Amino acid sequence: MRDIIIHLVILLVLPPLLLGAITKTKAFFAGRSGPPLLQTYHDIYRLLRKGAVYSTATTWVFRAGPIVSLATVMIAGLLVPFGGNRATFVFAGDMIVFAYLLGLGRFFTMAAALDTGSSFEGMGASREAAFASLAEPALFLVLAVLAVLAHSVSLQEAFGVLATGTWGQMAPVLVVACIGLAVVLLAENSRIPVDDPATHLELTMLHEVMVLDHSGPDLAFIVYGSTMKLFLFGALLLQLVLPAPVLLGAQGVGLFCVGELVVAVLVGACESIIARLRLQRVPQFLVAAAVLGGLGVTILFAGGLR
Amino acid sequence: MTSLSALLLLAIIVTDLYIISTGRLGSCIRATALQGVLLALLPPVIYADSTAEQWFHIGLMSVGTLVLKAGVIPWLLARAMREANVRRETEPFVSLHVSVVLGALLVALGFWMGKRLPLPVPIGSPLLVPASLATILMGFLVLVGRKMAIAQVVGYLVLENGVFIFGLTLARALPFVIELGVLLDLLVGVFVMGIAIHHISREFDDIDTDALASLRD
Amino acid sequence: MTLLSVVATSLALLFASGVASLLLYRSPRFATAVASAGAVIGCVMGLAASVYALVSGAPEEIVRAAWHLPVGEFHVGVDALSIFFLLCIYVVSGLSALYAVGYMGSYRERNLALPAFFFNLLIVSMIVVVVARDAVLFLMAWEIMTMASYFLVTFEDQRDEVRRAGFTYLIASHVSVVFVFVLFAFLSHETGGASFDFGGFAQHQSWPHAVGATALVLALIGFGTKAGFWPMHIWLPDAHPAAPSHVSALMSGVMIKMGIYGILRTLTFLGPPPIWWGGLVVAIGAVSGIIGVIYALAQHDLKRLLAYHSIENIGIIALGIGVGLIGQAFRNPALAFAGYAGALLHVLNHGLFKGLLFHCAGSVLHATGTRDIDKLGGLYRHMKLTGTTFLIGAVAICGLPPLNGFVSEWLIYYGAFRSGFTLSGAGAIAAVVALTALSLIGGLAVACFVKVFGVVFLGAPRSPEAEHAHGAPLSMRLATVAGAAACIAIGFWPQGAVRIVAEPAKLLVGQEATAGDLATAVGPIALVAAILAGLTLTLALLRWSLLRGREIRTTPTWGCGYPATTPRMQYTAASFASPLLEPFAMLLRRRVHQDGPSGYFPSHAHHDLHYDDLAGERILLPLTRKIVAALGRMRIIQHGHINIYLAYILLTFVVLLAWQLARLRG
Repeated sequence: MRDIIIHLVILLVLPPLLLGAITKTKAFFAGRSGPPLLQTYHDIYRLLRKGAVYSTATTWVFRAGPIVSLATVMIAGLLVPFGGNRATFVFAGDMIVFAYLLGLGRFFTMAAALDTGSSFEGMGASREAAFASLAEPALFLVLAVLAVLAHSVSLQEAFGVLATGTWGQMAPVLVVACIGLAVVLLAENSRIPVDDPATHLELTMLHEVMVLDHSGPDLAFIVYGSTMKLFLFGALLLQLVLPAPVLLGAQGVGLFCVGELVVAVLVGACESIIARLRLQRVPQFLVAAAVLGGLGVTILFAGGLR
Repeated sequence: MTSLSALLLLAIIVTDLYIISTGRLGSCIRATALQGVLLALLPPVIYADSTAEQWFHIGLMSVGTLVLKAGVIPWLLARAMREANVRRETEPFVSLHVSVVLGALLVALGFWMGKRLPLPVPIGSPLLVPASLATILMGFLVLVGRKMAIAQVVGYLVLENGVFIFGLTLARALPFVIELGVLLDLLVGVFVMGIAIHHISREFDDIDTDALASLRD
Repeated sequence: MTLLSVVATSLALLFASGVASLLLYRSPRFATAVASAGAVIGCVMGLAASVYALVSGAPEEIVRAAWHLPVGEFHVGVDALSIFFLLCIYVVSGLSALYAVGYMGSYRERNLALPAFFFNLLIVSMIVVVVARDAVLFLMAWEIMTMASYFLVTFEDQRDEVRRAGFTYLIASHVSVVFVFVLFAFLSHETGGASFDFGGFAQHQSWPHAVGATALVLALIGFGTKAGFWPMHIWLPDAHPAAPSHVSALMSGVMIKMGIYGILRTLTFLGPPPIWWGGLVVAIGAVSGIIGVIYALAQHDLKRLLAYHSIENIGIIALGIGVGLIGQAFRNPALAFAGYAGALLHVLNHGLFKGLLFHCAGSVLHATGTRDIDKLGGLYRHMKLTGTTFLIGAVAICGLPPLNGFVSEWLIYYGAFRSGFTLSGAGAIAAVVALTALSLIGGLAVACFVKVFGVVFLGAPRSPEAEHAHGAPLSMRLATVAGAAACIAIGFWPQGAVRIVAEPAKLLVGQEATAGDLATAVGPIALVAAILAGLTLTLALLRWSLLRGREIRTTPTWGCGYPATTPRMQYTAASFASPLLEPFAMLLRRRVHQDGPSGYFPSHAHHDLHYDDLAGERILLPLTRKIVAALGRMRIIQHGHINIYLAYILLTFVVLLAWQLARLRG
């Protein structure tokens, strides 16, 4: 019970902090002081208090988009362990459910974008669809590496098994899996070099442009949901990098939360020092991530390390 | 030390994949230089438990590799690139998307063959043979897939690097001779290609090997 | 009452109502209604009986009767596998028959008795295919199935492309049947040559490796052509759009599954498989699935797009069968069970959601008169029910939770993931290939159905036809609602679905399987589905309470400052798919007809984009050319003189007689 409460508190409270940390890091690199760390909380609160504007072209699908995408991310969050804190739902095959729940959220976000009838949003949805579907195999190959290493199809159990010794023996496999997952994290959360979250100008039209027409509480749901998604991918990456024994117990949970902030800072640093890829190059970037995942699997099966 | 050598070999495979996936010649050359550094690190890591006399050979091998593969050759290539004034592979025979996927398949093939291949002597790392085969295959892929002569030299170098890794399996049994041979024919290769590039660029103002096709009957 | 007697009754009802509709040909409306009523009643009856039989343990029933053919007995029977496919046939046929009442109403000027008769005949023949227990009856029913569906495909035979599609279909079907025929002849020969009895094939468990492999390859080509494996799928994207929509639903929903049934039935004859069979089937599934969905993305004809998705889903089913075969090869019944259960459940699920989607596509066609996605848009306003049910079908076919497609894909993933770490070497690698392919297919399918749903139903209408769309008649609406309800039911109650596929999957695995474990394993999915529904509702309520009393404005969509946007400026299906098709350019051929704007005051411009399926042209055509060239030498015997042909007959007769007599003496 305690685990569930801690899990829910972390899941519901922490994610917007990551966005603040990213913005702060970017501001630091740019030599500005930047908005306060807690700005995202303030933004969400402000949006929740507003009314809304809807396009005459839209149907209930447009209104359902933010709701479904937030609901799916929240439930996906229940499947991921947070450090020493057990996931709320643990069952064999929850990895698959995790990936597909996010897929459902994406489906509705894209459908909502098309519902406005605006070609800008259509363009965003189209690109999101293209990149997300290429990121999917990469994610699944990383999950396959994880499952094979840990002999389990459950995130909780798989991360629980990754011991310090695993890094000693399986370092090559884990390194490629981590790089692959990092690329998936950047792509799924529309960060540089795949997308530029700071703008919705034509050249960078992905996630931001898809949600261009949402306002008020709907937009608050979207912002909240997207920070939560970033948090979840950060959690996956963190627990792949850090061996399970380190994350045990109460200080493990603390370490996990600090780790999430470190991930956010790294993402921010990444955004500050590298340029966005040309759109035509993004598929290749994602295919490269999948190839890395495949390399991990190959080494696992044929490299004689097992 | 298994893990460290495995990491190095993995990094070599990743540089291979990078080379086949990028169209920029500058990046290709830098990646080969990086690969040279990784190759130079490989012998001491794999044969860390050697005797003092063996260490001499290993050190020689490493330093030679570092100087040639990570220093001289990339420098020559970079100069050739500057002189010929080409930056990127514009129209490769095999498109970059396809070549990444093909590269992944070749890596898998390399691992499969590496697992099957019977070896006379025990080797330092289980990844050694697969990585060398994968590198050789990907070198071939670059040779087959690219038009630019410089890219082809890079492909040839990658191929040579694969042979070098393979040679490492025998390094302890027959230390000196094989290494010397490898380095020697690599040097010859670079000379040949260098001269070729020089001539091609002078004759045709272009180092697109596709243009050589006009020489046929 | 035994199941077979119920099946016989339903067959009688279907056939009788079909004949009755022929007699009533003067009144088109009545003819359709009678045939459909008979079909619906028969199907409901059969459905109830087969569900009961599957849940209560599926006893095997067999009936043999002498008949006047020289090839053994007339032999029908049901086992768990047959019953499961009966269930699929009954449920989709019933819905399509119901749908037909309203849909065929728009062809008032045609003779509707014939299509109604052939529709019922198609259902009858499929049922007989599934219950036949000897190869002769099987092939007869198979052939009737082909012919009945051919006449349905060519219903609108005044159109050129329909005739061509029918011709392609006929040829493909007959190529398929040749292989199936050879398969049975081969099996019969290997078992001693006496009979074509399935029971005899199944009892003969120790086949030499080469024989088993040959039989598998024959089955994969013969039945695979019917199922639509790449590259033998070429008939499918032509035939499905040509047929009336309820026929497309039936053909795509169940008829192509008869190919899957044939493959599974053949596998039950062949006993424990070697590993490479699993690898082969996984490879076929991965290729069909990925190429199918990529071609679907490239389409802008609604029904053609759905037809390509059938190829994709057949690929997914093959992936499941492949995982099952791998599990069997490693003697791991639990893994084999998950793979087969997933594949079978996907057969049922695909029947449900593809039937639903074709029905919705039919409603769109009925309402607007066009299948071109890029001419539609904003249909949701006029067709709320069709739009909602289409959305349910779309989410289901993408394999997304909480609907039925997710359950079957989850089972296949589950089997593949577990194979990845339980098995060694080739088995594990094939399993990882399977799950990677499945994830790519899943991602691309989401892209494709967002495209279809978004472009057809959302946004603003792109043409006057779309603007003046109207709702569908009652029977069509009922059929789509029932289909959508079935998709939801399986998604929220996967345990029930697993119970339905448990018996047939056990039969395929052959060893002691663990159905109970899998039923428990899917439990959490139901929980996730329930929580998802609950949470979505809660958030919707939260949003409602937040917005209550606040200002809610409606304005036109923001045009980024451009005031004169028109609906034609919306993103089209072709533009939506374009960035996705770029990486796969080598698989497709782009044809662009472009007439760009020119001058200072451009008056008109035109851009037309098509993607061609290269399988026929690059693979099948060269192959057939080689075969034809090889057979060209046989032309010597063709002279055109009737006397010479008579001489051939005489010669054949003499040779056969001499041969038999020589054998007798020996």
